[in-house]
Order: sequence, then structure tokens, then C-alpha cells
Amino acid sequence: MAVMTYRDALNAALREELERDPDVFLMGEEVAEYDGAYKVSRGLLAEFGPQRIVDSPISELGFAGLGVGAAMAGLRPVIEFMTFNFAFLALDQVINNAVKMHYMSDGQFDVPIVFRGPSGAALQLGAQHSQACETYYSHAPGCKVVTPGTPADAKGLLKAAIRDDDPVAFMEGELLYNMKGEVPDDADFVIPLGVADLKREGSDVSIITHGKMIHVALQAASKLEKDGVQADVLDLRTIRPLDMDAILTTVAKTNRVVYVEEGWPYAGTGAQIVSMIQEEAFDQLDAPVIRVTQADIPMPYAKNLEVLAKPSAERVVQACNRVLYR
Amino acid sequence: MADTKTRKGAAKQDVLKVYGVSEELALELMRDMLLYRRFEEKAEEAYAIGKVGGFCHLHIGQEGAAAGSIKPLREDDYVISAYRDHTQAIAKGVAPNAVMAELYGRVGGASGGKGGSMHIFGAHVRFMGGHGIVGAQVPLATGFGWKIKYREEDSVVICYMGDAAVNQGAFHESLNMAAVWKLPVIYVVEHNEYGMGTAFSRVSRTDMEDKSGAHGIQGVSVDGQDVLATYALFRKLVKDVRDGAGPQFVNLETYRFRGHSMSDPVSGTYRSTEEVERRKQEEDPIRVLKDKLFAAGVLDQHGLETMDAEARRISQEATDFAEASPVPGPETLYRNVWAEEGPHGRLYFDGRSRD
Repeated sequence: MAVMTYRDALNAALREELERDPDVFLMGEEVAEYDGAYKVSRGLLAEFGPQRIVDSPISELGFAGLGVGAAMAGLRPVIEFMTFNFAFLALDQVINNAVKMHYMSDGQFDVPIVFRGPSGAALQLGAQHSQACETYYSHAPGCKVVTPGTPADAKGLLKAAIRDDDPVAFMEGELLYNMKGEVPDDADFVIPLGVADLKREGSDVSIITHGKMIHVALQAASKLEKDGVQADVLDLRTIRPLDMDAILTTVAKTNRVVYVEEGWPYAGTGAQIVSMIQEEAFDQLDAPVIRVTQADIPMPYAKNLEVLAKPSAERVVQACNRVLYR
Repeated sequence: MADTKTRKGAAKQDVLKVYGVSEELALELMRDMLLYRRFEEKAEEAYAIGKVGGFCHLHIGQEGAAAGSIKPLREDDYVISAYRDHTQAIAKGVAPNAVMAELYGRVGGASGGKGGSMHIFGAHVRFMGGHGIVGAQVPLATGFGWKIKYREEDSVVICYMGDAAVNQGAFHESLNMAAVWKLPVIYVVEHNEYGMGTAFSRVSRTDMEDKSGAHGIQGVSVDGQDVLATYALFRKLVKDVRDGAGPQFVNLETYRFRGHSMSDPVSGTYRSTEEVERRKQEEDPIRVLKDKLFAAGVLDQHGLETMDAEARRISQEATDFAEASPVPGPETLYRNVWAEEGPHGRLYFDGRSRD
């Protein structure tokens, strides 16, 4: 085990997979000479050269599509979006080409590609730079969606994503890059996709979440503990494939659920989870499932308004109290 | 008679010498174009009686483009196209039976009945698909070029698109990257003058040949109704690109004799019947080659009819094969959604049984 930042954990995962497989390459804006807009690719150019660590023009559609073609032809591209907010330009290439190619060619072409970068809000970046994007991707059958919230998960899941034969949208967080945590050194430390992780154990209420919202959920759980309430905090880690067994287990344990997500509520990830819980565990519930999401508005710039718009530990505590009828 | 022979002999030499094409190759190109014409006519018939569904875009009138440009390629070269893709797939080596069965939506189809007319695939011969979003295949072709360079191979990519595609960002982003990285891709616009019903001149202030110039790629135009000229150009370009010349841009001037798709009329609000009839008389690629080969004495009416009968036979066989091929069973519905279904987690959310 080593203590490292989320950023360095991603860097280590990239380095190890680049070493392991000569078909892996990293392409995106500022990934090479600038060392990455968020320094995730620091040092990789010197180590692997300009053929494998590739600065692209600012052409999200173009280089995403180039990656899809390269993957169809047998390479394993890692395409970095400076943020997923910019990846809307490339969404046609992801959804219509990467995600549907395997099916519409009846399995003739695999598209083993990772699209990665930060998603969601940071601090006061305004409406166009502050959007959680996972549901756009998880909506499409054929696309795997991964949202690591800790350094260890970042490393283990990125390695799994690169080795996976399907397109993977791998969503990081700007506010997570500096977060430190223990990370296994083992070059074969791979966390399989589709396995949730219980980040905290409790028996009174289940807070289910993913991505950087696990930290909001954990803060809420600490506050609740002071009131004598023990919360299970389940981190889904991957949105698709989805560890439904883990969800049903925590529901059966606490009978009360709050879903926390960074994105908007309408047709969000939480909406899907709530639908499945009521279909598959209706009799286990002692209260309606409540969601805590971003306010249903574009992200405002002003600091005080931004704070109000984001899911907060206080709002999660309130939601937990509601499902506990406290 | 002796005089005639001499005259024909001289003409033969002239016609083929200009293009550097052998007699055998010229006849092969004729055979190919006849097959594409008869195949598409069969598809048209099948569509008319409801055997083929969805959208169906025919290549009739544009046969010279597929025949002339794909002929110089090797099997390990890549071809990708838009949705007017049947004859290019055949030209690259996908069996006519498999293409027709795909139009019918049958298991014997090139994409197992999952793709349809617009999504013919042939991984075994590197036919990388027909694609349905205008211009969106152009970045993919650029990616094939990237892979060739990355692995230090000497394959070449041909990327077809219609004239409307050059107004998409995907086109310009791709040409820029291909130029910057010197990728082995030949971008080919099959310029049939209309993007669906919109004349190119109505949506562009600049000429087609100039579209690549801003990216440092010199465009070249060719008469796509002259299959010999098309072949000669592509033979040169393919060799140049294989030798490291970097990306190329071809304005392949052609004309479609049918509507944009089977759902559209041949002429009407956007082009006149007179225009279509005149162009069919003057610019049919089969007639253009026929006149040359007849004049040169390389082919006569009997030879042409023999070839045509063979083209009709292959096309009939393709429809027979498609008819006989079963529809995909319900067990194939969920097949090949994912390349890798790992042991963990749920991938399907419709609550339906997949057995």
C-alpha cells in the first residue's frame, strides 16, 4: 500500500497499462507536452513518447471518432476529455459509433475504448463547466459507465476499464484529484466492473450513491451517527454494469433508502435505482425512497447560489431523517 | 475487313494506353459495374414488393465510383462508407448473397440481419461498414489510418462520403488531424450533386475540390462516370499513399439515377425529369465504358450480353439466397450488445428474459 492522490493513482494505472499493452495509447487535449490539464498524464510523454501520448487539436468529435476507428481496427485507445462537459461535441461518436458498432455489425467489431475525464461540478465554473454527465452515457446499452470516488477505486477501476472490450465512460472529479488515500501497489490490482463497495456500515438507513458524492454521503453519515443513527453508505462505483445484488442487500438490511447523486433529478441515475428498488424490493421498504440531487437548474456562478444548488451533507441528513420519520 | 481490323486495333491501343489499363482489367471493370447495376435493380424490386424494409439507398448511376476506386486496393486495405454502401461492400469482397440477405434482414446477411441496408459490415475483408449519420464515418476512417501508422503497416484507407458530408464538422476535424499526423487515408466525396434534395451549390460558396485546401491537402477531381479514369487516378493515389504521401482528397464527380432513397422520387421538386434523363443518356458509366470498348474492339454486343447475363444470374442467386435464409431467431435479440459480459453486475434493465 502507498498513500497517493487520486490524480497519481490514475497516473499509475495509465502507466501500468501502457507498459503492459503496446496497443494502449492516450490521446486528448494537452495530455502530452502540458502533462494534462489536471496533470493526470504527468511524465507519460517522456516515458512513452509522442506516438502513445498524443496531444490532439481541440476537436472533441474528431479525436473521439478517431479513437473509435482505432479501436475497431485493433488498438485500445484512452481518450481524455478535458472535462465531460466538452464531450457533448463527441456524443454522436460515442453513442452512434462506439456504443452501437458491436451490435449493428453483429459482433464483427469490438470497440475497446475508454473515454475519461472529470465530470460534474468543481468550484464556481459556471453552468457550462459544471455538469454531471453519467446518465447520458448509462442510458445507452453498449456503454459501460464508471465513477470512482477514491484513489484506490480510481486505480483499480481504470485498469479494468482499459482492459475491458467494450466502450467505457470513465468519470473522474476535479475536486477529487488532490484527494489522498491508500492504494495497492500491485500491478495486477484491478477492481472488476459491476462490484459496489460498502464505504460505511450501518443498520438504520441506506445511503446509496456514486462518484464524488460518496464523500457527501460519508459526511452525512458522520453527522447522523452523532444523533445515534447508523447509515450504510453504498458506493455503486460503476453505474453500468450495476451491482443490483448489493443494492438489494442494503435495502433488506435497513428498509430505508436515500439516493444521492450530483446530477439533475429528471431521468437521473437515482430515478433508475428507485424504480428498480420499488419493483424488486417493494415489500422491504418502510418508507418511500428519497433522492438528493443537484437543484433542477443550470449551475449558477455565485458562490452562495452554487452551494445551494449542490447536494450537501445537510440535505442528505434531512432526507435520512425523513425516511426514518424522525 | 483488313482495314477495319487495323483501325480497331489502333483504337484499342489508344483507349487503354491512356489509362494504362489491360484488356482483362477493362473487361473486369465492365463485369463489376454490370453486377452492381443488376444487383441494385434486384434490391429495388425487392423493396417494391416489401421484401426489404427501412431506408434503402441505391448506387445506380454511380457504379464507376465503386468499381474504379476499390479495384487498386489489397484485401488488407480498409474501406468505409456512408449509407449508400451495397456495391462498395461487394467491391471490397463481401459476397453479394450476404449483402442481399442483409437487406432482407436475414441471418445470412453480412451483419446477421442486425444492420440493414445502411449497415453492411465485412470485417474479414476490412469493409468497415456502412454508416448512417452523415459524415460521422470520416473520423472512424481517420482512426483506421491512425492504427496503420501506429503499427507501422502499409495498408491504405478509402473513406467514402456524399457531397453533403463536407459541411459537417466531422469532415474538417478529420482532415485536419489526418494532415497533421500524415495518415494514409484517401477521403473520397462521391459528388452526385445533391445532398438528398439540396443541390450542393445551394449550400456551399466554394467548389468541392477546394474543401480540403485549408487543411493542407490538395484536392483532385475525377470524372467518376469514366471508370477507367477513376481507376487510373486511384491506382496512383493508392500507391502514393502506401509510399507515405499522406492523406488525399478526391472529388469524384458522379450522378445518381434514382431518388435519394427508395422512399423518394427520382425527380421532382429539386431536379427535373429532363435533367435526369439527359444525364442518364450522356453519363451512364456502363455506357461510357461500353462505347470505348466497342470502339476499341475489346468487347462486342455478344460479349456484353454474356457478361450481363452473368451479372443477372449472380443477382438472382443473391435474392434466392436471401429468400431462403431464415430470419434471425429471437435468441439473437440480445446477442452482441456487449463484447464482454463480466461476472458482476447487471447490464440489462428492461426486466425481460433473455433466454
